[in-house]
Amino acid sequence: MHEKLIFEHAAPGRSADAQYPRVPVEATVPTSLLRATPPLLPEVSELQAVRHYTRLSQLNFSIDTHFYPLGSCTMKYNPKACNQYAMLPELLGRHPLAPESTGQGVLQILFELQEMLKEVTGMRGVSLTPMAGAQGEFAGVAMIRAYHRARNDLARTEIIVPDAAHGTNPATATMCGCTVREIPTQSNGDIDLEALKGVVGPHTAGIMLTNPSTIGVFERRIREVAEIVHGAGGLLYYDGANLNAILGKVRPGDMGFDVIHMNLHKTFSTPHGGGGPGSGAVGVSERLLPFLPVPIVGRDGERFRWLDQQDLPQTIGRLSNFMGNTGVLLRAYVYMRMLGRDGMQRVSEFATLNANYLMARLQAAGFEVAYPERRASHEFIVTLRREAREWETNAMDFAKRLLDYGFHAPTTYFPLLVPECLLIEPTETEPKEELDAFVDAMIAIRKEAETEPAKLQGAPWTLPVRRLDDVRAAKQLDLTWKPATA
Amino acid sequence: MPFIPHTDADVRAMLDVIGAPDIDALFEEIPAALRAPGLPGIPPAMTEMEIGRCMAEFAARDGRPLNFIGAGAYEHHIPAAVWAIVSRGEFYSAYTPYQAEASQGTLQLLYEYQTMMASLTALEISNASLYDGASGLAEACLMAVRANRKSKSLRILLPLALNPTYRDVAQAIAGNQNLVFEQLPFDAKGGQTVVSALDQYKGKDVTAVVIQQPNFFGTLEDVDAITNWAHANGALMIGVVNPTSLAVLKPPGEWGARGADIACGDGQPLGVPLSSGGPYFGFMATRAEHVRQMPGRIIGRTVDLDGKPGFALTLQAREQHIRRSKATSNICTNQGLLVTAATIYMSLLGPRGLARVAATSMQRTQQLVDALTRIPGVRLAFDTPRFHEAVLLLDRPVKPVLEALAHRGIVGGVDVSGRYPQLGHALLVCATETRTVNDIETYARALAETLRSSAAAA
Repeated sequence: MHEKLIFEHAAPGRSADAQYPRVPVEATVPTSLLRATPPLLPEVSELQAVRHYTRLSQLNFSIDTHFYPLGSCTMKYNPKACNQYAMLPELLGRHPLAPESTGQGVLQILFELQEMLKEVTGMRGVSLTPMAGAQGEFAGVAMIRAYHRARNDLARTEIIVPDAAHGTNPATATMCGCTVREIPTQSNGDIDLEALKGVVGPHTAGIMLTNPSTIGVFERRIREVAEIVHGAGGLLYYDGANLNAILGKVRPGDMGFDVIHMNLHKTFSTPHGGGGPGSGAVGVSERLLPFLPVPIVGRDGERFRWLDQQDLPQTIGRLSNFMGNTGVLLRAYVYMRMLGRDGMQRVSEFATLNANYLMARLQAAGFEVAYPERRASHEFIVTLRREAREWETNAMDFAKRLLDYGFHAPTTYFPLLVPECLLIEPTETEPKEELDAFVDAMIAIRKEAETEPAKLQGAPWTLPVRRLDDVRAAKQLDLTWKPATA
Repeated sequence: MPFIPHTDADVRAMLDVIGAPDIDALFEEIPAALRAPGLPGIPPAMTEMEIGRCMAEFAARDGRPLNFIGAGAYEHHIPAAVWAIVSRGEFYSAYTPYQAEASQGTLQLLYEYQTMMASLTALEISNASLYDGASGLAEACLMAVRANRKSKSLRILLPLALNPTYRDVAQAIAGNQNLVFEQLPFDAKGGQTVVSALDQYKGKDVTAVVIQQPNFFGTLEDVDAITNWAHANGALMIGVVNPTSLAVLKPPGEWGARGADIACGDGQPLGVPLSSGGPYFGFMATRAEHVRQMPGRIIGRTVDLDGKPGFALTLQAREQHIRRSKATSNICTNQGLLVTAATIYMSLLGPRGLARVAATSMQRTQQLVDALTRIPGVRLAFDTPRFHEAVLLLDRPVKPVLEALAHRGIVGGVDVSGRYPQLGHALLVCATETRTVNDIETYARALAETLRSSAAAA
């Protein structure tokens, strides 16, 4: 299957006229400010555009079409109602700067969402404005810095991260002007507390942790971690990437965290959109309340209003032009209301059941699980180091061959400390039959690895393209289409 | 159970395989003292029908007022085909194209998008999106610091006529890395950045100069002169631009003798609904020489094992999942779905359609300015060439006037006198191609009556 570029469907003079404003008018600006040559936008009919982009969509794997056990990304079903009710014409048409009197409906939704997120995280305040997990992380670390600065504790510029952390954690620390101190993970999956004690001190701004961690196990000594870091004067940051695992079971606020970001596009099922939009709402404990990013929705009696810099003079400021990814927030709200208090607990229960079941079945089939003595959280790691050593079929080969079997690959080569790893997160919305079919595929692929390794090494065979030359992509940069010169 | 497919028999069979007595046993590693007693503060579940009714009531409360606000988000017609395709599960429910072979649809679309944006800005390279225009400017400033290796000052010049929220966001995001933002004044009569004000920086180390075209007031800046000054003084030039305007206005890559170095802005006008402020997307384009300093995803065309063309994420060595603390940015998830909308929008409009949207919006704003300035007590702040926004000066505070208009179903613009007290009672208005002559007359009548009745009351 191959689909030409939209530019290759074009012909000069062709157009989708129904989309044009009726009367052509001249732009009245000085010639020196005018564009000389028109931009290279395609000239196609409406049908051509519709057919082209529909065909492109069909080249994708997605949750709606495939099992998508991409660890750390929580690819669960995105209920259609969330999309439909977030796209009611009044909600879509509202300008963000319209008077609050014309937005009481949407403001009430956002206020209630803030309140629900406070409840599920055990935090004291929530700001919905960060536009993705990484921006939520930024907000969190910026608040930690602002807190220390406000106390004139200026030496605290070090952020501690475990070696298994998401890449966004250290990158965020740098963006906040901090330096990064890495600490190792023990062989049982817990943080090395002795190493932690060794790095904390008067320079410690805080620690960034995911719990359950990126290796898919619950950090059992979290209270001790909190005591060590708080005792040294630092704060605790919770990376909410894995909140799906513990929803309603344990709350980050109760674990001792001072600030958390939530990936609403994971736990609260807003669509991943082929790479966004996400939403990285942040929650904070009492002492960080004054620093929350603005705007936040406040309530005066029956009226809802935006709280801004005037209301929170110590805020870390604004992170977006308006108020974050509102449309994503509306979707999360609909989802949370449909789940309700019991449904939210079932999320973590069945996500955990699915992960542990899949782990047990794969282990029984002969795959090596990275932390066999531990319960899986909502995800777990299989290491294919034996398969790589014996048959020269590595984790990437397994991942690509899974595509041929009709499964999106798990996350590969993350976390970095487990060799040849697959990070597998089935989520709660997959039925047992789908998990069983995935196990069957893994068993079949393992057999192929033993008998016909080339089938893996050359995979995928049945997709629109075979394995792509990444080196060429980076060396001979071709980032835009150029028309053939006549 | 909503969205959970397990039958009781499934659960029993699965627990048997795991070797656990019940689901609760799977949480045994969580210390008992930390276990939450459920979520009593969360309301009980609603059915789809119930939440649908509830959302419809919220929406009805907000209604559909006639909109004359721009200020960074613009109401344009969105062809029906755009969101019909964007809402397809294959785009909507996919994730970042890490597995390229299973994501060729998204990847090819992003490559087409990069081509369109590069051409629209007349620069060589576009990334695959950032969060929004304001945070995109913060990223552009950080990128300029990396790209302008000769400059050590971290000094960025921002015009006062730049969208003030963009300045706030740039400060909040880039301020942590010690960037220094200094302000360039605007001319009180023309509303344009004063080019001669740059001369106080002659001989000083300036990392980059930012200009917004059109600026926050809708006024067109002398981008050629400012770009030439920046380059003559060792600074990089960053242009903040409205993508619709680029169908008719000189693109950043052609500003001055050498063109701007980085263009960024908010892509919302390209097929993205207003939606109370987001999700929108930020775009960024640059010259080829700076590509390795660019933040965000970039898609490249390459070949597969059979030599067949295909698309993949490329230059990932810039990114957080590879470089970690040394990455160009911490950005990971961005705004893919909105870029999908924009790409389809630009395909449907084409070069002529987009130019017609731009020119018609300019004409409508001119008609709006003409109609409103005929009302006693209303005058135009800057009579200089503009795009599709204008600042009007009222003879009284703006906020009560806007509230009165809102009661009549009109959102009549943004009160900018708080951010610009030197202007007086200043109202920023906008009309795009979606406002008809009738709409404009409706607004003018309502404003005239509002001003008359409040004058009578006073």
